[in-house]
Amino acid sequence: MELMVLGQEKNEDKPAGGCSAGSCGSTDDQVNRLPDHIREKVENHPCYSEKAHHYFARMHVAVAPACNIQCHYCNRKYDCANESRPGVVSELLTPAQAVKKTMAVAANIPQMTVLGIAGPGDPLANPERTFETFRELSEKAPDIKLCVSTNGLALPDAVDELAKHNIDHVTITINCVDPEVGAKIYPWIYWNNRRIKGVKAAKILIEQQQKGLEMLVERGILVKVNSVLIPGVNDEHLKEVSRIVKAKGAFLHNVMPLIAEAEHGTFYGVMGQRGPSPEELSDLQDACAGDMNMMRHCRQCRADAVGMLGEDRGEEFTMDKIEDMEIDYAEAMVRRAAVHQSIARALAEEEGRAAPAGINVPATSRPVLMAVATTGSGVINQHFGHAREFLVYEASPAGVRFIGHRKADQYCIGDDTCGEKESALTTTIRALSGCEVVLCSKIGFEPWDELEKAGIRPNGEHAMEPIEEAVAAVYEEMGAAGMLAENAAAAAA
Amino acid sequence: MSLSIIESCVNCWACLPVCPSDAIYDARPHFMIDAGKCTECEGDFAQPQCASICPIEGAILDHFGEAMNPPGSLTGIPPEKLAEAMAEIQAR
Ligand code: SF4
Ligand code: SF4
Repeated sequence: MELMVLGQEKNEDKPAGGCSAGSCGSTDDQVNRLPDHIREKVENHPCYSEKAHHYFARMHVAVAPACNIQCHYCNRKYDCANESRPGVVSELLTPAQAVKKTMAVAANIPQMTVLGIAGPGDPLANPERTFETFRELSEKAPDIKLCVSTNGLALPDAVDELAKHNIDHVTITINCVDPEVGAKIYPWIYWNNRRIKGVKAAKILIEQQQKGLEMLVERGILVKVNSVLIPGVNDEHLKEVSRIVKAKGAFLHNVMPLIAEAEHGTFYGVMGQRGPSPEELSDLQDACAGDMNMMRHCRQCRADAVGMLGEDRGEEFTMDKIEDMEIDYAEAMVRRAAVHQSIARALAEEEGRAAPAGINVPATSRPVLMAVATTGSGVINQHFGHAREFLVYEASPAGVRFIGHRKADQYCIGDDTCGEKESALTTTIRALSGCEVVLCSKIGFEPWDELEKAGIRPNGEHAMEPIEEAVAAVYEEMGAAGMLAENAAAAAA
Repeated sequence: MSLSIIESCVNCWACLPVCPSDAIYDARPHFMIDAGKCTECEGDFAQPQCASICPIEGAILDHFGEAMNPPGSLTGIPPEKLAEAMAEIQAR
């Protein structure tokens, strides 16, 4: 199924976004314009393709504990420097254990197509451990794609080694291109056997990141850039970052929200730096030339995540369980190939399905955001109360498009601090702000009432229906009920 | 003369590969420095390498027992601010 391309004209005459030719448009439009060899790589990668992530799964292994920089959104007493989500500790594995775990998961979850190393430190600050894992896997499990995330400091030195192991996806976290901004994000780096602080440190880090990016692109290795949106620190600046990294050949730019709470013990958490609201995040993603749609489904996975994006099956594959598993990988590979083929067929079928007819509402209708509870496969199939995240779609006269996902428990750090039902519901309602409808398979009376009070209409009538069709149908109903006139928004709220 | 690692170490491995004297070893509950091997990096580097990469304030001590990286020096969080935040979390 093709996602409709919306707001493209609007984006194209928006000079501030500074989009370069070939990178404007939305999800599939952007994928379609990529060179064939890149498109092939992207199409069944769950982290890059909104469509693929309904069907394929990825996993991360935590083999790289050491880091060579400090970020203000990270606390090394917990975990990962390369994402904005502190507070989860991964099970540290040796390269041999990581290889075993990956093959065990691949044999049991044939949809698992991608193995990433993202931490908990910086994979390239632990080059032996990272490369040993990659080397063994490319030998023993050649049907698994490899990818790696890095802060970029050690990247230029690692590029040749990366190219050797045929690692085709590299993610660089780039939060700034201006050392003055960088000094507010990175307190220090370890560089040439010294700890370096402040603007000088940020300048070196930025130079290394940019050099690494250029070197990877030169070698034809796919580069994705992640940025953490930190309100008041780099929010406006990220537009510049986006322009530069795309001009240099990064094929995707993914903006993620800062998550900062005092209990994480991070600089930002303790100093009261807030994260962006869902609207601020969405606005910035739009402002960066509107071509980040592909990454709007990013889930900020933890360093040892296993499974489909948004679900974590790590518990099934702890080291003690894996030790006992017998894996016949040759046999598994045959099964995996069959599963991949049937998924490819399903994707092709979706592709072939006639694009939904234009939405039947007046052309002046205002756009509406709707939240969807789903466990995947592109249909509405989750109970409201079970949803830990919602997909958000925008319906407008031009069609339905995927906007992003909202975590219902984004700000919870554990059951003991957020076990209260009322407060969990309040958090969910806050996470859904801006949405007028929430589509789910079922919903209880109590949340129904609370949602209505908050101006969000629950709707369980489209259970098991394809998401885009259901969103379009509800939008048309709203149109028929006269709820889509320009000034109806205020009335409805 | 030797540096030492104490219990606030989080076993992050960063120090181990950068030591020129092979003095650091993976131990539990936390990493350790072999006092017989540690040279404080003299003759190799201007700064002790372990203390230059360690991300945890107070985890590595000099031979007088003083923190190589005192509170606030790495995170930039003023110690009073941290105490305040901790007190507030405890009170919840
Ligand atoms: S001071 Fe130098 S020699 Fe001693 S443990 Fe640290 S890195 Fe090794
Ligand atoms: S760098 Fe510091 S925290 Fe990490 S293992 Fe060494 S002493 Fe422990």
